Order: sequence, then C-alpha cells, then structure tokens
Amino acid sequence: MALTLDADTALIRDTAFDFFAKRSPVSALRKLRDDKDALGFSLPLWRQMVELGWAGFLVPEAHGGSDFGCLGLGQVLEAAGRTLAASPLVATALIGASALALAGSAAQKAAHLPALAKGERLVALALEEGPHHAPYRIATAARRAGTGFRLEGEKRLVLDGHVADLLIVAARSSGTADERGGITLFLVPADAAGVARTRSVMVDSRNAALVRLDGVELGEEAVLGRVDAGAEVLDPVLDRARAGLAAEMLGSAAEAFERTVQYLKDRKQFGVPIGSFQALKHRAAAMFCEIELARSAVVAALAALDAGGDEASALASLAKAKAGDALFLVGNEGVQMHGGIGMTDEHEIGFFLKRARVAQASFGDGAFQRDRYAALMGY
Amino acid sequence: MAADAAAFRAEARAWLEANCPPSMRTPMPDDEVVWGGRRASFKNPDSKLWLERMAAKGWTVPTWPRDYGGGGLSDAEARILEEEMRRLNCRSPLQSFGIWMLGPVLLEFGTEAQKAAHLPRIARGEIRWCQGYSEPEAGSDLAGLKTRAVLQGEHFLVNGHKIWTSYANFADWIFCLVRTDPSAKKHEGISFLLIDMDDPGVRTRPIRLISGASPFCETFIENVRVPQENLVGGLNNGWTIAKKLLEHERKMIASIGERQRGAERSLAALAKAYAGERDGRVADAVLRDRIAQHEIDQRAFRLTQRRAAEEAKSGSPGPASAMFKYYGTELNKRKFELLLHCVGTQALGWQGDGFSRDELRIAREWLRSKANSIEGGTSEIQLNIIAKRVLGLPD
Repeated sequence: MALTLDADTALIRDTAFDFFAKRSPVSALRKLRDDKDALGFSLPLWRQMVELGWAGFLVPEAHGGSDFGCLGLGQVLEAAGRTLAASPLVATALIGASALALAGSAAQKAAHLPALAKGERLVALALEEGPHHAPYRIATAARRAGTGFRLEGEKRLVLDGHVADLLIVAARSSGTADERGGITLFLVPADAAGVARTRSVMVDSRNAALVRLDGVELGEEAVLGRVDAGAEVLDPVLDRARAGLAAEMLGSAAEAFERTVQYLKDRKQFGVPIGSFQALKHRAAAMFCEIELARSAVVAALAALDAGGDEASALASLAKAKAGDALFLVGNEGVQMHGGIGMTDEHEIGFFLKRARVAQASFGDGAFQRDRYAALMGY
Repeated sequence: MAADAAAFRAEARAWLEANCPPSMRTPMPDDEVVWGGRRASFKNPDSKLWLERMAAKGWTVPTWPRDYGGGGLSDAEARILEEEMRRLNCRSPLQSFGIWMLGPVLLEFGTEAQKAAHLPRIARGEIRWCQGYSEPEAGSDLAGLKTRAVLQGEHFLVNGHKIWTSYANFADWIFCLVRTDPSAKKHEGISFLLIDMDDPGVRTRPIRLISGASPFCETFIENVRVPQENLVGGLNNGWTIAKKLLEHERKMIASIGERQRGAERSLAALAKAYAGERDGRVADAVLRDRIAQHEIDQRAFRLTQRRAAEEAKSGSPGPASAMFKYYGTELNKRKFELLLHCVGTQALGWQGDGFSRDELRIAREWLRSKANSIEGGTSEIQLNIIAKRVLGLPD
C-alpha cells in the first residue's frame, strides 16, 4: 500500500485543486451565507463537479459510476477543504453512495445509484440524536406496522438534510439505546408523509438539518441491509465518512496554515516582519509537523479503505483524530497570529476556525476516535 | 520491477534463514550490542559470526557501493532486506556512527583515497568512530567552536576540547570540526578533519549522567599532528559537511523509539498489568486516552517516515530531517513519561531488591530519553531549521 499518489490520482488532485481555487473560493461560501441561500450550495457548480465524475467515484461502473475509490474522492475533498467549498460531496458522493453501494439490494442500487452518479439525487444520512456523535445511541423507533414499519423520532445534524431527496434513517427496531444490535437502516423519500425537515444554521455556514419522523410508514423494501443489523452497514460507511472528512479537514488545515505563514512574512511590527520572532516561528514549525502527520494518516486511511483490509477502521479513526487536531490547532493559531484583523468578519481566516469545530464534531471528535482506536487495538 | 522485487525478497529471505544464527534472532540484551572497533569484544560468539557473514555479503551497509564494502542495493531492495530481517527478528549486526553519520558524507564529499581507506573498515566494523562536534562553549551555537587546526607543512597541528563525544572512550577515530581560519566569519573558517585517536595527545574522560550511565565523554586534543590527507571536502569548507552530517544524525536519532521496539511490552499491556484492567480495557479512562493519543501520534509519525522515504528523490534527508528529529524525540520522551505513569512506583526503583530487571531499566531509560531532544541539535534548534528552511520565515 503506497503512501504516494499514482499518476491518475495525482491528476484528479491537480484538477480538483484548480477547480475549487478558481470556481469556489472562500468568498463563495461567504456569499451563500450572506444571501441566506436556500440550498446552501451552488447548483451550477455541483453540476460541474458531476461532469468531472466526482459524484460517481464511489458508485460501481454497472450503476453509472467510475468506482474510482476513496483515495480519489479524498483528493477532491481535500481540495474542497482548501476553500471551505459547500457541496453535496460529503453527504451524497461519499456517505450516500457508500451506504447504497455497500448495502443496497439490486433494486435499491438500480433505483438510486445511477441518479446519484448523475448528481440528480441528493442523499442525507439521518443518524445523530444527541449533541455528541454516538452511532449506536439510537432512540428513534421503528415499530412493525402490518407488513412494514412505522418510524417515530428526531434526528439532528443531518448533513444536507433539508435539500436531500432521499434520507437514510437509522432507527431502533429492537434492543435498547447504545446497543450495537437492533438498529435498522431505512431509505426514506424526503417527501414521504410524516417527514418534517428544518434547516439548522450552523456556525460554519454549512448545511445541516433537523429531521422529524412522525409516524412515517414504510414497506419492507425500504430496509437498507438487514433488519436489526444496521450497525454492520453503519460501521464501514462511517469509516469512509471519517476518512473523507479527515481529507477535507487536512485541506482546510493546510490552507489556513499557508495563509498564516504568509501573514507572518507580510505583517510588520517593531519595524520587522512578525515571522522573525521566535515565539511565532516555533509555533508555526510545530503546526507544520502536525499537518505532515495528518497528511500521512489521511492517505493511509483512504488507501486502506480501498484495499479493504482489517486496518481500515483503525486508520480511519486515526486520520480523523489527527486531521481534526491539526485543523483545530491551525484554526486557533491562525486567528491568534493574525491578531485583530483575524477577529474581523471581513477577513477569511475566521471561516477556518468555525469550520474546524463543526468538522471535528461530525462523526466523532478526537476523544471519540481515540476511544474507538483503543478498543480496536484491544485496550 | 515487481518481479525483480519478489525475486530479491526470496533471495534475501533464503540467505538470512541460512546464515543468521538462531541466537541472533532473539531480543538483544544491552551487553550483546555490537559496535565493532579495534577493541571490539563479543560476549556471544554468534555476534562475531553474524557480523562477519553480513559484512562479507555487504549487508552491514546495504546501499553502499560494493567497491567500498557495501551491498550495492537500491533503496527499494534495502527496504525489502530490512523487512525480511524484521520478519525473522534478526538483530542488527553492527551499531556504528561510521555507518549512520560519517559514511554518507564520505560517499558524498570524500576523495577516492579517503573512501577506499575508511569505508570498507566501517562496513566490516573494524574501526569505531566518534563525533567531535560540540565544545564547552559551542552547544546550540555549534559554529562558535574554537578547536584550532593550524596547517604546518604536510600536517595540521590540532588543539582543542570537545564535549558530549558519544562513546569516545571506546572509539578508534574521531571526525572533528576544527577552526582553520579564525579571521573568517564563523561559518566560513571551519574544516572537517579525521583524527586517529591512537595519538597520545588525544585523551577522553567519561561524563556521568543523571541516568547513572556515561555514554558521553569529554575529549581533549593536545598538539596532535594530523596528515593533510585527512581533511574532507576542502579547507574552510567544513560547515557544509557539518550540516549534511547533522541531517544524517537527526535521521538516526529520530528513529530512536524504533530501535528500542521489538521485545518491549506495549504501553497498553503495562497499563493493564500495573494499573488495572476492566472488561479487557485499561481501567483508568484518562490513562487509556493518553495511551491512545500517543499510539496514534506514533503511528502517524511512522507513516510520515514511510511517506518521506517513498517521496525522497535522493538518499539525502534534507531539511525534513529536522521535523523527524524534533517529533521523534519528543514522542520518545512522551513514551517514557507514559511508561512511568503506567508502571507507577515500580518504575522508580534505582537498584537492588523489590524490582525486576525490566523495571529497574525503566527509570534509567526515562532519564536517558531526556537527552534525545538535546543531542544532535535541541528541539528548539530543529524548530528554527523548519521555520527558516522549510517555511521560509525571515531571520
């Protein structure tokens, strides 16, 4: 398993970096925020991403995708992280495509994957119920009703929840909250009777929603994977989500760091560039090291997910922990080192700090990932 | 290419299985570590046999050219050899500052005569080298060194006082930074000189450290005549070589945690054994989190070393070596702090009854680890190097 990119993947990386730098700079996110854009992302830009094939990177060729894999999509996500670009890449191309490709029945795949790869169907995973990532802490009820199920509950931090066409809802069909068994995943059309969606405006200006399920009636065919065995699907899907988000955070950390180093060279106080002060140099050098480590962890996790070995889960948690720590550090140091101007809304460095906190909390913060890593390593 | 690699792997595996004595596949006790040299002793006779067989094959220095006692392997082949040695638990046949530090710079800067004279003897473990860099008044400010070398006809006359010369009391030769032009700017008047310590003008005195051990010495050089042919890289050109050698030294120190691995019990196993276990987990949740944080950092660090090796276009570590030196040594120090935390007061014994041999080693190794972020350039110097040479921040 190489930690360097092959020529095809490097080309994707270059294309994606160029794409986001030119067409979706940080100012694009600011505009979505200030305009209170209803979608929370640019549809024309998403169509361009779809044309580049990114929506279908995790979709099998038989269903209209390219099956290019996690390492390739990770490059795109890293590039998106550079400019904090808002798009359905994470919720649909990464998480939605993974869930359907890994666990969908033949009929479910045929119904959704081709449309997903064409960018015409947006997906959102409705998982979290509390303020901390806890994939098995599920109280949303799935009760047998006739030949099907009836869902009752409330989901929060549903990424792209208010714009998605299709929700993947994790509900408890048996057992008690926190139990790994007894969870079932359902494919729920967003316009199904009983589904109510409210957008949550988050500090990072990216998409999230509250989803209420009030007596949503579903047939047996809505079950994704097996009844009571939803965790077997959730686990590998969340591994991919963690590694993908780690790639995005790596891009954000690298960008915020480079901007900060440039500021240290440009900003003069006491008649000299502030970057000549050792108190700042050492902290900058320490940040450089953390980003380098995060980069290695992210590449290793993405490559392991594609290779499909036993190591993938541990490496995904490792990557999420390292990239999260790196972005958290750089986000905070970035604002501090920019001084007063870093506190202004006009300057862009604050956007990275805001994104850091939400991305870190999504699919498990550092403490969650360390707990999981220790458990996987047998301690 | 892949077929060549597979063929080499098979060949290396077969050779190691046929030639590595069984006792050389067991964890290496401290008193069986082989450093070579004129006064080398072998507590275990298999160590001598293993060194001779590996040296004859050129595999004490796998990537050096065959003409100088090396194996002539590519970097990829050397990695395969390393993997196969690890698979069989083969001990490293020879520890050597000649291999890790001097050899690479002689290959780059040495004359043909210097390479032919010194490299094969390093490869075979016949000469043990030490490093004459720091002085009492030149620590982090290494270029402020004062040891003088005055050219008198065919010889340099050398006078000076070196410190922190690792294992100088066991070494045969010393590679030294000396001042050859006191009137030039401090970086421009330094030369790199090879000195035979057989000369009665060279004396060494071990320094007792907080760990109780004495791995470092003071080395006094008084009126020692050194032939001009022992000058490496040209007169007053020593700083360039000094910096290159430091990159190799940093790379060596950065892997310090790596070499100590192997037979050691993991932090988690020690925490379970000494601090308690509940449902298969380390019982103390705070300790468990700290161990996981350390293991995650350690693994990310190893992945970064591997990525850097894959990306490297040449054998030279470059300014990135500062990152590995900084991070690797800070990690190793953290590991020992955690180790003490896991083992509790059983890790704080100094000698005598009530403690196992392994427990008694912990406190001393913990104290020894404190030098990691000082020797070979302090962590602060490494951060300066990263800031200047990698990030381009102004002076």
